[in-house]
Amino acid sequence: MWDYTDKVLDLFYNPKNQGAIDDPNEAGVAVVFGEVGSIACGDALRLHLKINIEQDTILDSRFQTFGCTSAIASSSALTEMIKGLTLDQALNLSNKDIAEYLGGLPEAKMHCSVMGQEALEAAIYKYRGIEIEHHDEDEGALVCTCFGISDNKIRRVIIENDLSTAEQVTNYIKAGGGCGSCLANIEDIIAAVQAETATTSARVAAELERANQPLTTIQKINLIQQVLTEEVRPVLMADGGDVELYDLEGDIVKVVLKGACGSCSSSTATLKVAIEARLQERVLPSLTVQAV
Amino acid sequence: MTVIYLDNNATTKVDSAVLEAMLPYLTEYYGNPSSMHSFGGQVGKAVKQAREHVAALLGAEESEIVFNSCGTEGNNTAIRAALAAQPDRRHIITTQVEHPAILNVCKQLEKQGYTVTYLSVNRQGQLDLMELEAAITGNTALVSTMYANNETGVIFPIEQIGAIAKEYGAAFHVDAVQVAGKLNLNMKTSTIDLLTISGHKLHAPKGIGVLYVRRGFRFRPLLLGGHQERGRRAGTENVPGMIAMGKAAEIANFELKYMQRETRLRDRLERGLLAAISDCEVNGHLTERLPNTSNIGFKYIEGEAILLLLNQYGICASSGSACTSGSLEPSHVLRAMGLPYTTLHGSIRFSLSRYTTDAEVDRVLEVMPGIVKRLREISPFNNDQAEWLQDRETATVGAKA
Repeated sequence: MWDYTDKVLDLFYNPKNQGAIDDPNEAGVAVVFGEVGSIACGDALRLHLKINIEQDTILDSRFQTFGCTSAIASSSALTEMIKGLTLDQALNLSNKDIAEYLGGLPEAKMHCSVMGQEALEAAIYKYRGIEIEHHDEDEGALVCTCFGISDNKIRRVIIENDLSTAEQVTNYIKAGGGCGSCLANIEDIIAAVQAETATTSARVAAELERANQPLTTIQKINLIQQVLTEEVRPVLMADGGDVELYDLEGDIVKVVLKGACGSCSSSTATLKVAIEARLQERVLPSLTVQAV
Repeated sequence: MTVIYLDNNATTKVDSAVLEAMLPYLTEYYGNPSSMHSFGGQVGKAVKQAREHVAALLGAEESEIVFNSCGTEGNNTAIRAALAAQPDRRHIITTQVEHPAILNVCKQLEKQGYTVTYLSVNRQGQLDLMELEAAITGNTALVSTMYANNETGVIFPIEQIGAIAKEYGAAFHVDAVQVAGKLNLNMKTSTIDLLTISGHKLHAPKGIGVLYVRRGFRFRPLLLGGHQERGRRAGTENVPGMIAMGKAAEIANFELKYMQRETRLRDRLERGLLAAISDCEVNGHLTERLPNTSNIGFKYIEGEAILLLLNQYGICASSGSACTSGSLEPSHVLRAMGLPYTTLHGSIRFSLSRYTTDAEVDRVLEVMPGIVKRLREISPFNNDQAEWLQDRETATVGAKA
């Protein structure tokens, strides 16, 4: 039997916010839902949002879930967590936040929290009119044919959750959990990601070491380019977006957001979280990022 | 809370008479049956008696009974022994719905150069003997099938399979772990060469099993060591386990004539559930089936969630859903049957025993409709939204892989 926390069991036995949301047809209020999963996968979530259009906030949230104990509990937890948030704040929620809210999930059940995060993203993208039909899966080569998972999605979950084994990847997004024939490929992807991260860190460290003094503008630009290319763009591209360095004025990094990122109103969040924080950590703490 | 235990294909309660019989061999009579002194010798006599009871249950001779540790050991030993007996033959025939203790051995043997044919089953979980006849050749060393399936209870036509195996000179092994104590077995009139049974499935404790080895079968042991079990299974005897197995076999042999009672309870449970709950169906053939097993697929909901809600009422069952296995794929048995995904993930197995009562069946019938209703209310796959899953619902795993 799985070792579920009391919080998981409580939300399973007494789920909050189950059901759909009827569209009240009120001015200034939108109702939308996002779906992930299917009967074939063994779990599926339809997440409903009621949105205050002017304030860009979530007024109400409900769920319909086909799945196990932790799938139902994760869905219910998510609806509790996002009420009152702005859509940008909601997009910043990660599967880890959901798992933490539940006091942890068994490792083999982490994919339930990923499903919640994906449904939320799907709902918000749908509301914002961003095409996500083809994001993830259809870009990049299919690695896990049993569950239809591409190398982009696998790279993303490895980078975001700092995963180091194929078993962890299976626990998070199911890849490799069917016939198991792609487990060796997943291990190769992990090794590649680790090698890239190590190379980037080493190069950045070496550059900083060599400088050992305030970075010149050229050095800054080189370092920023490296981090963008090796660590930021793969993540954005997995979501159908992209970024390009436009200019550098002092410590102000000017970038152009492309693809889905360009039209996505959560791009502020992308800028701050995905790009600025990463550049501050990797290059210089005083950097700020602006979109042009 | 009282436990309503309907998971007897997983394991069973130790019969109190069995416990009573074995306890003195954990305390007072701790001698080694191989010893020369009479203190050990009296233990040897008790083991001989236990062996006789097991032989009687199987319709076998005492010398054909080899005690071991469990069903998995029996299956591993049987396969290796059969291959060692005819080393020139490099082909094995088994089925897609075997226990992992067969399938994983076969997978490894494939890596070692053996060819393995995995016979398919139909929607009712039954074999097609034509497929066996088409696959078997003079190169086939072993045909290994289960007597009855652990998940669905579906019974295979053992003697017909055995006749085909004999025609080609292949050894015939049968995994009868789910069958001993539920169906009449008679090795004297059977084509079976090797038969696996396990103690904890028939009210003996865990850690004791038996491999029947037909007299004259060219047997090679798996474990090498002392001369115990006539050199066919080395290792100091698990005397308390053997005594328990003997007692359990003696009781099971007596209880066989009351199996209709279990069938009646099982049928009452099954019919009651089918009548009270929409969109559910029995998985597996309705009559070619063990008397105690019922596997039902409840559409649009997931098995692990059903089990946890049943657990609230102290009801123990099991499921073939992906989420209960930890493997992310639903039961290989139900998939081999080509069942739709919605049935796979919502499958629940109830397996009864001689301890199951009418009151327990009533309790399940009382709570189950509410559990299914509750989960279907949470599920997005309700009748009004069925279009979402139209093309996915009928996809079988073959199509997915």
